[in-house]
Amino acid sequence: MLGTDLLTGKLVRLAAMDPESAASAWVNWRANSEYARLLDMDPAIVHSVKATRAWVEKHLDDWLAHEFHIHTLEDDRLIGSLGLDGEIKVHGDAFVGIGIGDPAYWGQGYGTDAMKIILRYAFMELNMHRVSLDVFDYNPRAIHSYEKAGFKLEGRQRQMMRREGQRWDVIYMGILRADWEKRFGAEYRLEPDGTGPNK
Amino acid sequence: MDISTPLFDGNLVRLGPIDHEKDPEIESRWTHDPAFMRMMYIDPQRPLSVFQLKKKYEQIEKEIEEEKNLFHFRIRARADDRLLGLGELGRISWPNGSGYIRLGLGATEDRGKGFGFDALGLLLRFAFSELNLFRLTAIIPDYNQPARALFLKAGFSEEVRRREALARDGRRWDLCNFGLLVDEWKEKFHAWH
Repeated sequence: MLGTDLLTGKLVRLAAMDPESAASAWVNWRANSEYARLLDMDPAIVHSVKATRAWVEKHLDDWLAHEFHIHTLEDDRLIGSLGLDGEIKVHGDAFVGIGIGDPAYWGQGYGTDAMKIILRYAFMELNMHRVSLDVFDYNPRAIHSYEKAGFKLEGRQRQMMRREGQRWDVIYMGILRADWEKRFGAEYRLEPDGTGPNK
Repeated sequence: MDISTPLFDGNLVRLGPIDHEKDPEIESRWTHDPAFMRMMYIDPQRPLSVFQLKKKYEQIEKEIEEEKNLFHFRIRARADDRLLGLGELGRISWPNGSGYIRLGLGATEDRGKGFGFDALGLLLRFAFSELNLFRLTAIIPDYNQPARALFLKAGFSEEVRRREALARDGRRWDLCNFGLLVDEWKEKFHAWH
């Protein structure tokens, strides 16, 4: 039997991105410059709700084709978003990006839980061979979360960024399908060869 | 090295703009050659017609104009002005002083003769002395040994190894990021001159 809980984890669930709620949430989250600087190496700038909504509507089916909202299971609160590359290429490698916009939910496992859901989605639904991400040197909380989700360090782009007068490395991490199956396969009731739930 | 030292003229090659009349036919031949396309691009090889290349050049020049973070050069032989290849500095992040570099020589018979190293030297000088970048990244598949050797020779070091990120010819290959910082370039650069 196929897994029926593809988009649900232990603390959060992934849901469709409605342009209206996305726009107001993103503008709200990005008003916190720390959030913007953890998420993006481009300058932290502010966009209007209207412009954000138009951008989301325009790109729902290309750049945002594999982008989801993260809701808590306890009270269905929208706390962040995450996604894989919109265009899945032939090599079976996708970049993932995640942001928990509400700082009240930082450091408590919500992001890790969401990441574990999207890894299962990447490997079991999109049939990726690996998933990649990059993260900034000054974000140890994220690095710790990615390690818990199974990512391994693959290198550092030295001094790639400049913020607050300092240069910072961009860290690359990756997880291979085979390693994910070994580590999380039992949790998702997969056959040893990774073909599907065994019940 | 001063203001009068040419930015676009090397010992063997010259960097110049696209020739919309002559380049499409030559580049169309390159796009039919997997030995070029699979070294230069990660996307699947797609041969392009003269018509398609003319359109692509217009897109490149539009992107240069609108995005302000791409510099595209044609590499030509100084001896006879023949088109040898192309070189690009792109995805430049101005606040961070970082960008990406790539170059390729189209014809097999033009490789291994020093054209690539000469062109890379010009691109690096342009990136560090004219654009004032702090660092450059080159993304190189593990199977592209000539490119690895070329960028290592120019002072780059391997920084990232994304395991099994490419699938080609029924097997998987690592995809590596090479990096060069401006101070490393200066050190190397002074050793050359």
